[in-house]
Amino acid sequence: MNEIERKLLEEISSLHDVPQAGVYNIRKNGKLLARGVDSEVNIVSKRDKDGIDIIVKKGIKGKSIHIPVIVSEEGYKDKVYNDFYIGDNSEILIVAGCGVHNNSGFITGHNGIHTFHIGDNCKVRYVEKHIGIGKKTSKKVLDPVTVIEIGKNSKLEMETTQIGGVTSSKRVTTAKVGENSNLIIKESLLTENKDKVRTVFNVDLVGENSKVEVISRSVAKDNSHQDFVSNVKGKSKCFGHVECDGILSGRAVIASTPKIIAQNKDAILVHEAAIGKISEAQQQKLMTLGLTKEEAEQTIISGFLK
Amino acid sequence: MLEVKNICYEIVEDGKKKKILDNISLDIKDKELVIITGPNGSGKSTLAKILMGILSPTSGSIIYNGQDITKLDITKRAQLGFSFAFQQPTTFKGISVKDLIDLASGKKNSVSSACNYLSKVGLCAREYIDRDVDSKLSGGELKRIELALLLAKNGDLNICDEPEAGIDLWSFDALVKLFTEENKTFIVISHQKRLIEIANRVIIMRRGKIDMIGEYKKVASHLENQICDRLEDYQDE
Repeated sequence: MNEIERKLLEEISSLHDVPQAGVYNIRKNGKLLARGVDSEVNIVSKRDKDGIDIIVKKGIKGKSIHIPVIVSEEGYKDKVYNDFYIGDNSEILIVAGCGVHNNSGFITGHNGIHTFHIGDNCKVRYVEKHIGIGKKTSKKVLDPVTVIEIGKNSKLEMETTQIGGVTSSKRVTTAKVGENSNLIIKESLLTENKDKVRTVFNVDLVGENSKVEVISRSVAKDNSHQDFVSNVKGKSKCFGHVECDGILSGRAVIASTPKIIAQNKDAILVHEAAIGKISEAQQQKLMTLGLTKEEAEQTIISGFLK
Repeated sequence: MLEVKNICYEIVEDGKKKKILDNISLDIKDKELVIITGPNGSGKSTLAKILMGILSPTSGSIIYNGQDITKLDITKRAQLGFSFAFQQPTTFKGISVKDLIDLASGKKNSVSSACNYLSKVGLCAREYIDRDVDSKLSGGELKRIELALLLAKNGDLNICDEPEAGIDLWSFDALVKLFTEENKTFIVISHQKRLIEIANRVIIMRRGKIDMIGEYKKVASHLENQICDRLEDYQDE
């Protein structure tokens, strides 16, 4: 890995280099760079298409799995299918994400299709970071697709972050939540220049007492454009809460389209959305503490996207 | 320490000019506790905001330790030693009590030193330190955090806009202690008789002007006669 690739790896996965131990799969420009497995978690390459199966045995607790992707070859458009099979009674952390570097006039990007098959009584935390670096005008495209199926009495916490540099992105998350299970999605987005992002959440609450919470925080600067779509269906006694907060500056645009469909009389679904500029009162408060207007703005945005 | 000279503040309402502050002049001494009181709409909060640089006066000047600061913005005044506790503290998303204490004091505090500021304003510190300063906190909690930030900033000149509001569960004595024992200059907007009584000087405002200024003893009868309807006696819990 060169310096840029190392930087990308660190940004998305907090790994400084190829690890010496643990469970990981590092993909660079469409090829396997390094892989580590153990007796509890296996990673195998797919035979029918490009991608991997990550298989976590039953009852595995306290395990971390890192599967970062780096795209540094200019003009390369990567596409990969990663399937996660999480055995019953497991508690694990998965760190994924993609970093793209591009200085060229060619579109460079990644399309990762991640499918989660989460068993019963599991606790999974999934952290996904997307970044783009290189020339502002060079196109860096990231189109993540996440498909989630959660069994009974399980919890998936998904933190998905895309902070700047990605010029175009279509992010689609589709989930089915089972009985007594809980899906929490926290999304943080920052767009600048002429970046365009469309983010879609389709969640079906199928199990009795299933829950979903989608919290999207986004900052749109300059001439960027964001489109947030949520589509939550309550098919049984369930609870769904979608919150979309956006901060705008410059000539940016944020659109929020909520759709909540209750198909059961015991379904409770809530949507909240607030879009506006940075609060003057917040800025003034931080300025009374000695921060400049710009420092105050940065502090407010960093906290908001935390 | 602070000289306010002929401050006027005008706004345009329904196409007509309206004077909110009319030729305000006053002189605040070092380590003084000055209470500004008066009926609603008399210009107290506007004056406080002009002192902090949140609003700019239409005319007049403000001199701080010999320096003309009339044109300085909020940040510069804060850096000179001004602190401000808002009447209605704002909330944030993703910014914790500890984050604000660190920003106010200009350094990374240990948990125990951050807790110290919170304890002084009657908050059980460890319960609050990692909490976000968001709308899940009550109005009273936010007011006390606002005062804790004042302590953390350790400014020479502290301006507080109705700090007593929402302190129902907190000892009023602690608030009095804050203003009298910190050995700093305080300009406090208040209707609380007990605070007015301990002030070095009281400024009574009415219709954008200073109606009267002086020690409590001198202004007491005027207060009772003129704006007694606005004075609130503090009742112990």
